[in-house]
Amino acid sequence: MSDPTPLLRVRDLRIAYGSAADAVRGVSFDVHPGEIVAVVGESGSGKTTTAQAVIGLLAGEGRITGGSIEFEGRDLASLSDREFRSLRGARIGLVPQDPTVSLDPVMRIGPQIEESLRIHGRADRRAAAQQAVEVLRRAGLTEPEQRARQFPHELSGGMRQRVLIGMALACSPSLVIADEPTSALDVTVQKRILDHLGDLVRESGSSVLFITHDLAVAAERADRVIVMRRGEIVETGDAATVFRAPEHEYTRHLVDVAPTLQSGTARMRERLARMADVGEPATAVVVAEALTKVFAVRGRRGPVIPSVADVGFVIPAGRTVSLVGESGSGKTTTARMVLRLETPTSGTISVGGTDITRLRGERLREVRREMQVVHQNPYASLDPRMTIEDIVREPLDSFGVGSRQERRTRVAELLDAVALPEAFASRKAAELSGGQRQRVAIARALALKPRLVVLDEPVSALDVSVQAQILELLAELQRSSGVAYLFISHDLAVVAEISDFVGVMSGGRLVEFGRAADVFLEPQHPYTRQLLAAIPGQHVTDPRLPSSVG
Amino acid sequence: MTSLRATDPLVEPAVATPDVTGPSRRMPRIQPTVVMSVLVLAAALVAAFAPGVFTSYDPVAAIPADRLTPPSAEHWFGTDYLGRDLFSRTVYGSALSLQAALVAVVFALVTGSAIGLLAGFVGGAVESIVMRLVDVLLAIPGILLSLAVIIVLGFGTVNVAIAVGVAAIAGFARLMRAEVIQVRTSVFVEAARASGARWYRVLFRHVLPHSTGAVLVLATLEFGTAVLSVSALSFLGFGAPPPTPEWGSLIAEGRSYLATSPWLTALPGLVVVAVVLSANRLGRAAGVRRKAKR
Repeated sequence: MSDPTPLLRVRDLRIAYGSAADAVRGVSFDVHPGEIVAVVGESGSGKTTTAQAVIGLLAGEGRITGGSIEFEGRDLASLSDREFRSLRGARIGLVPQDPTVSLDPVMRIGPQIEESLRIHGRADRRAAAQQAVEVLRRAGLTEPEQRARQFPHELSGGMRQRVLIGMALACSPSLVIADEPTSALDVTVQKRILDHLGDLVRESGSSVLFITHDLAVAAERADRVIVMRRGEIVETGDAATVFRAPEHEYTRHLVDVAPTLQSGTARMRERLARMADVGEPATAVVVAEALTKVFAVRGRRGPVIPSVADVGFVIPAGRTVSLVGESGSGKTTTARMVLRLETPTSGTISVGGTDITRLRGERLREVRREMQVVHQNPYASLDPRMTIEDIVREPLDSFGVGSRQERRTRVAELLDAVALPEAFASRKAAELSGGQRQRVAIARALALKPRLVVLDEPVSALDVSVQAQILELLAELQRSSGVAYLFISHDLAVVAEISDFVGVMSGGRLVEFGRAADVFLEPQHPYTRQLLAAIPGQHVTDPRLPSSVG
Repeated sequence: MTSLRATDPLVEPAVATPDVTGPSRRMPRIQPTVVMSVLVLAAALVAAFAPGVFTSYDPVAAIPADRLTPPSAEHWFGTDYLGRDLFSRTVYGSALSLQAALVAVVFALVTGSAIGLLAGFVGGAVESIVMRLVDVLLAIPGILLSLAVIIVLGFGTVNVAIAVGVAAIAGFARLMRAEVIQVRTSVFVEAARASGARWYRVLFRHVLPHSTGAVLVLATLEFGTAVLSVSALSFLGFGAPPPTPEWGSLIAEGRSYLATSPWLTALPGLVVVAVVLSANRLGRAAGVRRKAKR
């Protein structure tokens, strides 16, 4: 840190959007050559805004109101647009957050890379195509010649992110800004991509400014970690130290609440012990047998690939069964079949002993009393025009439970149970934060005192600290009401916190199913082992790690 | 301007919330043309329901001595071939013309939306059949369709209104269906369904309130078109019988004197143009505002 010439030197940086209060309030840090610096924080902490300022791409009305950004000895704030353009891409590379929207959908991959090479004079018209293929090869894509001729939609998310990493590194910049480069990707893909990015950066000697919300990823990949909160830096230091011995209260909080395998395993033992006390519950709420779903693709011939094939499991009363898997593994489709939002192609589902596989109309509606759902995205699952009271009361209204007055009382009870102030009843969903909205969705799901609640990725749209609160709330509600959960998640660490039984899905099949402790501690299937190995943060306790990134 | 800002429904509050997610999406500022449009339409509506405010002349009282006088301080729009005050006839004519346009739009809005709602919400074969019928309606030129309806229903202002309305149904039906399909697939509708809400509850509590916005914008746009169509039909003589004034028939009456007294056609024509343009401008402004709000 005593290095006299930092590559990037940010001093007392202040950024505001429009006339609102500063989003970044006096941030100072250095990035030295060859160093990987992670900026960690929850949404609204100003981490992305800071990164955008460094690359001169502040969104909307954002502008720098104070401080300085020096890159290779030049003050970036004083640069003209033109001068900035020659810097961007050539000296500072950017790996954007969302690979699905960051490539031009109507342009083939090759020409997109050629474009950036030619703009910075790295290649002439003829050599560009060949160099583009070389960029793809270095980015670790198989068959790069063919990839260059493909369109972005023909590539998977992970492949697209490799293309973007390749583009960012194409002109061998001295600084790479990676803004949540893997948060849209599956955990095994995330591991491969980050490994590869680490290798490339080490080869080229570039520095990396790594923006992430995931402390575990940061600790594992970075040399130094900067923790931000509400536009200020609360802690900065050596990655391993920050993670293992955080000094600031907020960092400690972040470390505590972040679900890890270690904390999850401890919880599992607790649950296991409790389960042994109570003994196996005799009743099953849901029995799913040989569920298969084939989505008909119009006008497509040949063998159809089922989205879900031959999946069977039992959800005991008052317990949590989790289905984990990566995107496309069929876990959400399975949950939707249990809820009968999709009708299975074959197989049966029974709820409380009644076969509901082919129920329709009013009889199906009656079954919904017993099973409710909490969706992934609390911003989409609540009708923005309705008040919180109307939203929570809706299931009661639908089934005509009690009198008007009784329903109002029940809503107040429910809001209390999910720890929302009673005054929220008259507010609209738009006035609430993500975590508060998810509490409303949970209150709605519990309104009818169902026997099963399906939780479809209920915390993946939320910040880590909010995540922990919601998981805690769910566990508590289960203890008090005896409701069973079917918990769908891609995040094994989260699943470890809450599950009694775990099913691992891959390619539409349930490859492993068993008690959570068995699945996590003695995984049988190779895919399960692969998933477990990809969870970030496991190696952080290893003292050698941060220096040997990748 | 300041006083208008307070009352005008199109005036937006100053938005100062930071938008970190993308390019600036602030509400567009209110434009002078929009203010003018509001004024023109307000004047036209007052004329339609309380014509006495603007003129003291009787629209049907003929003073043969004063026939075909050019516009003056006394007779703003001049007088016609029977010596009737043209300004007063235009003002009184707005009653029938605007009311007919209003009826036409409301008729098209209600029928078209109901058809679109049915198609979008039920889906399947019902949707295919209904929407193909709508396509047939769209394939026939509007004015031709209106004429055909009038021939069936007979002459008169109400029939003209219905005829114009029928021609506009297809547009409303298509838009409503598109909106309903979009809302129907949204997560909160699924959440309501999964929580056990009956179909009519989902329809009226969730789907309908979220799909009406765009349709109402279309209604303002269609109002301008309807004024034009109603005038066109009454110009052709399908509207109210003389001497009742109507914008279209006023223009038609002036045609014979086009060479000597051009104001008889030009001035009522300009009034129609002003009202149609204003409705159009307002409709577009509402559309832009709706987009910005999303």
